[in-house]
Amino acid sequence: MTIQLSHFSAAFVFALFTSIVFGITHRETTRDMVRYGLYCFAMFLGGVLAAGWAMWLIRR
Amino acid sequence: MANSTTSKAKTVEPARPASIMSVIAPAIGWLIPGAGHLIQRRWIRGLLLLISITALFVLGLMMQGHIYKANGGDILDMLGFIGDLGAGGMYIVTLAMNGGQGAIAFAIADYGTKFMIVAGLLNLIAVADAYHIAIGKKR
Repeated sequence: MTIQLSHFSAAFVFALFTSIVFGITHRETTRDMVRYGLYCFAMFLGGVLAAGWAMWLIRR
Repeated sequence: MANSTTSKAKTVEPARPASIMSVIAPAIGWLIPGAGHLIQRRWIRGLLLLISITALFVLGLMMQGHIYKANGGDILDMLGFIGDLGAGGMYIVTLAMNGGQGAIAFAIADYGTKFMIVAGLLNLIAVADAYHIAIGKKR
Protein backbone atom coordinates (compact mmCIF):
# COMPACT_ATOMS: atom_id res chain seq x y z
CA MET A 1 0.00 0.00 0.00
CA THR A 2 1.45 3.30 -1.05
CA ILE A 3 0.47 6.89 -0.45
CA GLN A 4 1.22 10.02 -2.42
CA LEU A 5 1.39 13.20 -0.39
CA SER A 6 1.97 16.64 -1.81
CA HIS A 7 4.93 18.62 -0.54
CA PHE A 8 2.73 20.75 1.70
CA SER A 9 0.66 17.89 3.11
CA ALA A 10 3.85 15.96 3.89
CA ALA A 11 5.23 19.03 5.68
CA PHE A 12 1.92 19.47 7.52
CA VAL A 13 1.81 15.87 8.76
CA PHE A 14 5.48 16.01 9.72
CA ALA A 15 4.98 19.27 11.64
CA LEU A 16 1.89 17.94 13.42
CA PHE A 17 3.39 14.72 14.78
CA THR A 18 6.81 16.16 15.52
CA SER A 19 5.27 19.07 17.43
CA ILE A 20 3.21 16.69 19.57
CA VAL A 21 6.34 14.75 20.58
CA PHE A 22 8.35 17.95 21.18
CA GLY A 23 5.58 19.39 23.32
CA ILE A 24 5.26 16.30 25.49
CA THR A 25 8.97 15.68 25.96
CA HIS A 26 10.28 19.23 26.35
CA ARG A 27 7.92 20.70 28.93
CA GLU A 28 6.74 19.81 32.43
CA THR A 29 3.12 20.89 32.80
CA THR A 30 0.18 20.12 30.51
CA ARG A 31 -0.40 23.79 29.75
CA ASP A 32 3.24 24.33 28.80
CA MET A 33 3.22 21.17 26.68
CA VAL A 34 0.25 22.41 24.66
CA ARG A 35 1.72 25.87 24.25
CA TYR A 36 5.14 24.59 23.20
CA GLY A 37 3.57 22.08 20.82
CA LEU A 38 1.56 24.83 19.16
CA TYR A 39 4.65 27.04 18.99
CA CYS A 40 6.68 24.28 17.30
CA PHE A 41 3.84 23.58 14.86
CA ALA A 42 3.59 27.25 13.94
CA MET A 43 7.37 27.50 13.51
CA PHE A 44 7.50 24.40 11.30
CA LEU A 45 4.70 25.52 9.03
CA GLY A 46 5.83 29.15 9.12
CA GLY A 47 9.30 28.01 8.08
CA VAL A 48 7.89 25.99 5.20
CA LEU A 49 5.84 28.94 3.96
CA ALA A 50 8.73 31.39 4.39
CA ALA A 51 11.15 29.08 2.57
CA GLY A 52 8.58 28.58 -0.19
CA TRP A 53 8.13 32.31 -0.72
CA ALA A 54 11.91 32.85 -0.54
CA MET A 55 12.45 30.28 -3.29
CA TRP A 56 9.68 31.89 -5.34
CA LEU A 57 11.43 35.26 -5.02
CA ILE A 58 14.82 33.80 -5.93
CA ARG A 59 13.36 32.23 -9.03
CA ARG A 60 12.06 35.60 -10.22
CA MET B 1 39.97 37.04 42.29
CA ALA B 2 40.26 33.63 43.83
CA ASN B 3 37.04 34.24 45.70
CA SER B 4 35.13 34.74 42.47
CA THR B 5 35.60 31.10 41.59
CA THR B 6 34.96 29.71 45.04
CA SER B 7 32.06 31.95 45.99
CA LYS B 8 29.72 30.36 43.47
CA ALA B 9 27.71 27.85 45.36
CA LYS B 10 27.52 24.66 43.38
CA THR B 11 24.20 22.92 43.59
CA VAL B 12 24.72 19.23 43.96
CA GLU B 13 21.70 17.18 43.09
CA PRO B 14 20.91 14.46 45.58
CA ALA B 15 21.63 10.98 44.31
CA ARG B 16 18.51 9.20 43.27
CA PRO B 17 18.27 5.48 43.88
CA ALA B 18 18.15 3.50 40.66
CA SER B 19 14.84 1.74 40.44
CA ILE B 20 13.89 -1.16 38.21
CA MET B 21 11.47 1.18 36.44
CA SER B 22 14.39 3.35 35.31
CA VAL B 23 15.61 0.35 33.29
CA ILE B 24 12.31 -1.16 32.18
CA ALA B 25 10.60 2.08 31.08
CA PRO B 26 13.29 3.14 28.55
CA ALA B 27 13.70 -0.42 27.27
CA ILE B 28 9.99 -0.99 26.66
CA GLY B 29 9.65 2.59 25.41
CA TRP B 30 12.28 1.86 22.77
CA LEU B 31 10.55 -1.33 21.65
CA ILE B 32 7.06 0.20 21.56
CA PRO B 33 6.85 4.00 21.20
CA GLY B 34 5.06 5.57 24.17
CA ALA B 35 5.03 2.34 26.20
CA GLY B 36 7.63 3.78 28.58
CA HIS B 37 5.07 6.43 29.52
CA LEU B 38 2.10 4.06 29.54
CA ILE B 39 3.83 1.69 31.96
CA GLN B 40 4.25 4.64 34.33
CA ARG B 41 0.55 5.51 34.06
CA ARG B 42 1.06 8.59 31.86
CA TRP B 43 -1.84 7.43 29.70
CA ILE B 44 -2.51 10.47 27.51
CA ARG B 45 1.15 11.27 26.92
CA GLY B 46 1.90 7.65 26.14
CA LEU B 47 -0.99 7.35 23.69
CA LEU B 48 -0.08 10.59 21.93
CA LEU B 49 3.55 9.47 21.60
CA LEU B 50 2.46 6.04 20.35
CA ILE B 51 0.15 7.53 17.72
CA SER B 52 2.54 10.27 16.59
CA ILE B 53 5.71 8.19 16.27
CA THR B 54 3.96 5.16 14.79
CA ALA B 55 2.07 7.32 12.30
CA LEU B 56 5.28 9.01 11.14
CA PHE B 57 7.03 5.66 10.68
CA VAL B 58 4.09 3.98 8.91
CA LEU B 59 3.53 7.00 6.66
CA GLY B 60 7.22 6.86 5.77
CA LEU B 61 6.83 3.22 4.79
CA MET B 62 3.70 3.95 2.77
CA MET B 63 5.57 6.71 0.95
CA GLN B 64 8.03 3.98 -0.14
CA GLY B 65 10.81 5.29 2.03
CA HIS B 66 14.08 3.45 2.31
CA ILE B 67 15.13 1.81 5.57
CA TYR B 68 18.82 1.63 6.39
CA LYS B 69 20.52 -1.53 7.57
CA ALA B 70 23.69 -1.86 9.63
CA ASN B 71 26.57 -0.81 7.42
CA GLY B 72 30.11 0.42 7.57
CA GLY B 73 30.08 2.49 4.43
CA ASP B 74 28.97 6.03 3.84
CA ILE B 75 28.65 8.21 6.95
CA LEU B 76 25.16 9.33 5.94
CA ASP B 77 24.06 5.70 5.62
CA MET B 78 25.41 4.98 9.11
CA LEU B 79 23.58 8.00 10.54
CA GLY B 80 20.43 6.88 8.75
CA PHE B 81 20.80 3.46 10.34
CA ILE B 82 21.16 5.01 13.82
CA GLY B 83 18.04 7.09 13.24
CA ASP B 84 16.03 4.14 11.96
CA LEU B 85 17.23 1.94 14.83
CA GLY B 86 15.67 4.37 17.29
CA ALA B 87 12.24 3.21 16.14
CA GLY B 88 12.95 -0.05 18.00
CA GLY B 89 10.27 -2.68 17.48
CA MET B 90 8.89 -1.08 14.34
CA TYR B 91 12.36 -1.15 12.77
CA ILE B 92 12.86 -4.81 13.69
CA VAL B 93 9.43 -5.82 12.34
CA THR B 94 9.98 -3.85 9.13
CA LEU B 95 13.33 -5.54 8.54
CA ALA B 96 11.83 -8.95 9.31
CA MET B 97 9.06 -8.34 6.79
CA ASN B 98 11.62 -7.15 4.25
CA GLY B 99 9.94 -3.74 4.08
CA GLY B 100 11.41 -0.34 3.43
CA GLN B 101 13.13 -1.38 0.23
CA GLY B 102 12.02 1.71 -1.69
CA ALA B 103 14.57 3.32 -3.96
CA ILE B 104 15.01 7.02 -3.36
CA ALA B 105 14.17 7.82 -6.95
CA PHE B 106 11.51 10.47 -6.42
CA ALA B 107 10.84 13.19 -3.88
CA ILE B 108 8.00 11.54 -1.96
CA ALA B 109 10.07 8.40 -1.33
CA ASP B 110 12.87 10.61 -0.02
CA TYR B 111 10.39 12.29 2.31
CA GLY B 112 9.32 8.83 3.47
CA THR B 113 12.92 7.93 4.26
CA LYS B 114 13.25 11.08 6.35
CA PHE B 115 9.92 10.41 8.07
CA MET B 116 11.19 7.04 9.29
CA ILE B 117 14.54 8.42 10.46
CA VAL B 118 12.80 11.24 12.35
CA ALA B 119 10.32 8.78 13.87
CA GLY B 120 13.29 6.84 15.25
CA LEU B 121 14.97 9.96 16.60
CA LEU B 122 11.72 11.17 18.19
CA ASN B 123 11.35 7.77 19.82
CA LEU B 124 14.82 8.19 21.35
CA ILE B 125 13.69 11.52 22.82
CA ALA B 126 10.57 9.81 24.18
CA VAL B 127 12.78 7.09 25.70
CA ALA B 128 14.88 9.74 27.46
CA ASP B 129 11.69 11.39 28.71
CA ALA B 130 10.40 8.08 30.08
CA TYR B 131 13.72 7.63 31.89
CA HIS B 132 13.46 11.12 33.41
CA ILE B 133 9.98 10.31 34.69
CA ALA B 134 11.20 7.01 36.10
CA ILE B 135 14.01 8.63 38.10
CA GLY B 136 11.74 11.40 39.32
CA LYS B 137 13.41 14.22 37.40
CA LYS B 138 10.14 14.96 35.62
CA ARG B 139 6.55 14.49 36.76
